[in-house]
Amino acid sequence: MTALIALLVRDMRLAIRVGGGAPIGVLFFLIVVTLTPFAIGPDLALLARIGPAILWLGALLASLLALDRLVAADLEDGSLDLILTAGVPLELAVAVKAVAHWLTTGLPLVVAAPLLGLLLNLDPAATGAVALTLLAGTPALTFIGLIGAAVTVTLRRGGLLLAILVLPLTIPVLIFGVAAANAAIVGPMPFATPFTILCGIALLSIVAGTFAAAAALRHAME
Amino acid sequence: MRLLGSDLGCIRGGRTVLSGLGFTVSAGEALVVLGPNGVGKSTLLRLVAGLVRRSKGELSLEGGDSELSIGEQAHYLGHLDALKPSLTVRENLTFWSRYLGGSAEPQVVLAAVGLDGIAELPAAYLSAGQRRRLSVARLLAVRRPLWLLDEPTSALDTNAQTALAGFMADHLAGGGLILAAAHGPIGLRAPRELRLGGSS
Repeated sequence: MTALIALLVRDMRLAIRVGGGAPIGVLFFLIVVTLTPFAIGPDLALLARIGPAILWLGALLASLLALDRLVAADLEDGSLDLILTAGVPLELAVAVKAVAHWLTTGLPLVVAAPLLGLLLNLDPAATGAVALTLLAGTPALTFIGLIGAAVTVTLRRGGLLLAILVLPLTIPVLIFGVAAANAAIVGPMPFATPFTILCGIALLSIVAGTFAAAAALRHAME
Repeated sequence: MRLLGSDLGCIRGGRTVLSGLGFTVSAGEALVVLGPNGVGKSTLLRLVAGLVRRSKGELSLEGGDSELSIGEQAHYLGHLDALKPSLTVRENLTFWSRYLGGSAEPQVVLAAVGLDGIAELPAAYLSAGQRRRLSVARLLAVRRPLWLLDEPTSALDTNAQTALAGFMADHLAGGGLILAAAHGPIGLRAPRELRLGGSS
C-alpha cells in the first residue's frame, strides 16, 4: 500500500512540475472550446444545441495529449525495470499510474467544463449534466488510452499511432456521454438510461484497460 | 543463501545470446562476469532479475523467501538510472525506497554516498557520476540480499569507487550476494570470475 501511494504521489508530482503534461490538456480544451463559437458564428440556439458535443469532443482530444508519456517515460529511463522487481503486481502499478494521470489531466477537464459551458450558451442545468457525464466518462478515456500507451510504448514517436489506435475505441464513451448530456437538456429520453450505460462502460474500461496494459507492457519488456 | 543457475539459455530476437551457462554464488560471495561487448553479460543479469525470460535452464535462490521471485529479492543496478529529472535528489531516493519497501532514513543514505549537500537539487542538474551515486543510494536504502550490478563503477570517480567497494564489502560481510558484470576490477578483493565467450 505504501508503495502504491508513493507511486501515486510521484506521478502526480511529475505531472504538475515543469515538463509534465497536466496543464497542457486543460489549455488545449480551453482553446478548442473557445475556437468553436468563432467557427460556427453567433447563433446562440445552435451553440446551445451542440454545446455538449463540443465539450465532449474537446475533452476527448485533450485527454489524449499527455498519454504517450504515461508509460514510455518509465520504460526509457529504466524505472519500469525497478517497478517490475518491486513485488507490486504490474496490474496495480499501471492502474495507479492511470489514476494519477486522471487526477492531473482528467479531473481538471471536468472542473473546467462548467466555465467553458458559459462560452457555449449552456444553461446551468445543462452545464451540470455535461460536467457529470464528463466525471463518469473521463476515467474511461484514461484507461482506454492506457492500453494504447502500453501497446505503443516501445515505438519512437508513438503518440500519433496512439491517437489512431485509441480514438475508435472511445466511440461508445462519446455516444453515451453526449446522449446522457442531451437527455438531461432536451429529453425525451430519461437521463439515467444513457448515464448508467456510460458508467458501465467506464467500469469495464478500468478493468479491461488495467489488465490489457499490463499484458502489453510485459510483452514489450521481452 | 545460494544463487544457483544451471544450463541457462536465452534467445533474443531470434539470436542465441546465452546457452548452457551454469554458475553458483554463495552468501558472502561475489561473482564477476567478464567478457567482450555483446557476449550477454547484461542479458545474464536481466535474466536473473526476471526482466528477460529464459528459454532454458534452472535458476533458484536457495535459502531465500519462497514467496518472492528472485527479482523481488534483488537490486538491479543497470545502465539506466531510473531517475526523474524534475524530482529532487531526495524525492527520487525516497520514492524508490518506499516503492521497493525500504525504511532507511533518506538523509543518512544520501550522506553515505556524499549527496547530502544537494538533496534539494532537481536530478536534472546532476552529473553522470552523481546520478550513479544516487542509484547506488537505492541499494543502501532498501535491504535486499542479492545485488545485480551492471558495470557499477562506470562514471564514478576514484573516491566514489572506493566508497562503492566499501558498500559491496559491507554487503558481502552481512551475508549478501553480488553478481556483477564488468570489464575490469570493480574494487572487490579477489572475487570469483565467470568468463563468457571467447577464451572460455
